[in-house]
Amino acid sequence: MPGRPRTTPTRTTTPHYRGVTGPSADALDVDALLADRGTQIIVCCGSGGVGKTTTSAALALRAAEQGRRVCVLTIDPARRLAQSMGLTELDNVPRPVAGVEGPGRLDAMMLDMKRTFDEVVEAHASADKARQILANPFYQALSSSFAGTQEYMAMEKLGQLHSEAVGHDDGWDLIVVDTPPSRSALDFLDAPERLSSLLDGRFIRLLLAPAKGPARLFGAGFGVITSMMNKLLGAQVLTDVQTFVAAFDTLFGGFRQRSEQTYALLQDPRTAFVVVAAPEASAMREASYFVERLAADRMPLAGLVVNRVSGTAVDDLGADEAAAASRRLSGGDATSTLAAELLCVHAERALVREREERLVRRFGASHPTVPSARVAALATDVHDLDGLRVVGDLLAGRA
Amino acid sequence: MGATTQLHVVTGKGGTGKTTVAAALAIALADEGQRVLLCEVEGRQGIAQLFDVPPLPYEERRIASGLGGGQVHALAIDPEAALLEYLDMYYHLGRAGKLLDRFGVVDFATTIAPGVRDVLLTGKAYEAARRKEKGRFVYDAVVMDAPPTGRITRFLNVNAEVAGLARVGPVRKQADAIMDMLHSDSSRVHLVTVLEEMPVQETLDGVAELRGAGLPVGHVLVNLVRPALLSEASQQLLATDGVEQAVADALEPSGVDGAHAPALVEEGHAHVARQRLQDAQHELLDDGDVPVHDLPWLHEGVDLGALFELAQSLRDGKVV
Repeated sequence: MPGRPRTTPTRTTTPHYRGVTGPSADALDVDALLADRGTQIIVCCGSGGVGKTTTSAALALRAAEQGRRVCVLTIDPARRLAQSMGLTELDNVPRPVAGVEGPGRLDAMMLDMKRTFDEVVEAHASADKARQILANPFYQALSSSFAGTQEYMAMEKLGQLHSEAVGHDDGWDLIVVDTPPSRSALDFLDAPERLSSLLDGRFIRLLLAPAKGPARLFGAGFGVITSMMNKLLGAQVLTDVQTFVAAFDTLFGGFRQRSEQTYALLQDPRTAFVVVAAPEASAMREASYFVERLAADRMPLAGLVVNRVSGTAVDDLGADEAAAASRRLSGGDATSTLAAELLCVHAERALVREREERLVRRFGASHPTVPSARVAALATDVHDLDGLRVVGDLLAGRA
Repeated sequence: MGATTQLHVVTGKGGTGKTTVAAALAIALADEGQRVLLCEVEGRQGIAQLFDVPPLPYEERRIASGLGGGQVHALAIDPEAALLEYLDMYYHLGRAGKLLDRFGVVDFATTIAPGVRDVLLTGKAYEAARRKEKGRFVYDAVVMDAPPTGRITRFLNVNAEVAGLARVGPVRKQADAIMDMLHSDSSRVHLVTVLEEMPVQETLDGVAELRGAGLPVGHVLVNLVRPALLSEASQQLLATDGVEQAVADALEPSGVDGAHAPALVEEGHAHVARQRLQDAQHELLDDGDVPVHDLPWLHEGVDLGALFELAQSLRDGKVV
């Protein structure tokens, strides 16, 4: 775009803020987690816009550069971050990431949910039946737009990658998964169950019934229902659904079984959940729900990562004090004005920091056993491996 | 107040403050004296949390009054309740509705049958926008806290969504009526963003997608815009050699220890870097051929008072 004034790209630098990073009594020890060969799967979850993808990629890169053989499954990475990891094509297969330093290796992939669904169908149905299913309009809509399909397929892909990894001597020894930007952070835990129970559900059973046996067993109600559905949606819809269900029937068992396996895999002690949040009320609230839900489902939680934490370079200068000092300098020369403005910059930071501290402290008070790591806000977006290394250092408290 | 109810659809990437801005927009309209329905469709109870009230039922209730005498009612649209209400309204089903529920049809239709869920959600907003009492519209405006930017076009394009499935029948008719309203002059889709690379890119993609689908784009609402705290002169001074010592000396009369100068200078550099990033992203939006309005970043976080502040900003910017 010629003619537009361009901002000089600023180098991503490590902020040296005290109090934001560094291990403390309840700090999440990221390096120990990554070094532990018993950690085979790391799932990063949290509400939308908190930096899950960046956290996943940074953890994966750090693990690889410390000697692990890592595969990272991302859902919807920022374009430039994806490019920096070589994720330029969406072919649903992990590709090696160039530029990884050290003894390990890193493969990365971006989830293509429709393709994953198609592959499941192709792998588990006869060629003929698979063709029938893939061409069905109901299947096409389901595989590309059902609200839970992305979550379901992320878990499906995780299961696939994991079984691929165990089958090879030099296969991946760590899989890092990013979770879809759900409307609520809990969606991906529920989606597999929801999809499989719907595919296996009462209504679909009923639709299958005419093909399988006497529909009258269900009583007169069913006739009313089908005619109602036909009236509402048009007869074609039910016919499409029926065709789909009939073709899909043989796959039902497989779906349920794999959904149960994935769920068991998530409960396995080799899995570690990392809940990602930002220091904002709504994101911290979601993180709370998520931590509680993981506990209720007996899923192993490694800890909480709070991204984009504001820091100050001067801890013992409070917001009010800085603002008052700034006022005392007004009306001076250029240097004096600079000093006054710098104090304003500091006052703003200190104020935000105090608010965020309150939020994080409140979370800590209600979840005292959950270790946490805080990642300082960076001045610029992360879109290359160097940026990811900086985030990795911050995650590990080694910045 | 026009002859028809205005529909404001508010979308945005996760984490950009979509719900907050939708609520502020509703308050801004109420401040002008309008009767407003603020609805959410994702089952998150974001409105209730924002206004600090118990979870909203499937029922319109008043949650705020505008300065100009208008009122904001809120509704959490639930697709299952909407379906039963819809069936009852058009077919007077009563008991048959329960039968549908018992056979899992409601569950089926609202979760798995593609597109139907979205028709029901937008359909409820449509119903509220067209509802009349004693010959006049019940609401002057409906504000919808809609799904995120990545899904908005598909969500609103209900017609296309059900086209391959429901070719005839009432669902199809409903979809057509909703499309007419969405394509009309009385509807606007606003996109909320923050000045970061990914949200801005998604916003620009979203604008193009919406326009491609013939949907009316309103404003790009830039949330959490941080003020520049360093003047041009100060920025230049900050880049000179020996600035730490100069600042240390200048701090003397303020009572702040000169030893803090290097740290303050470091914070100053970080501030400049962030502002540059903001400016660069803002330029991308300015080039986008859509009206852009900035909403201030409120360092105290968002409470009811903050919503009124944001509402004032929306009125000042002629967004409403």
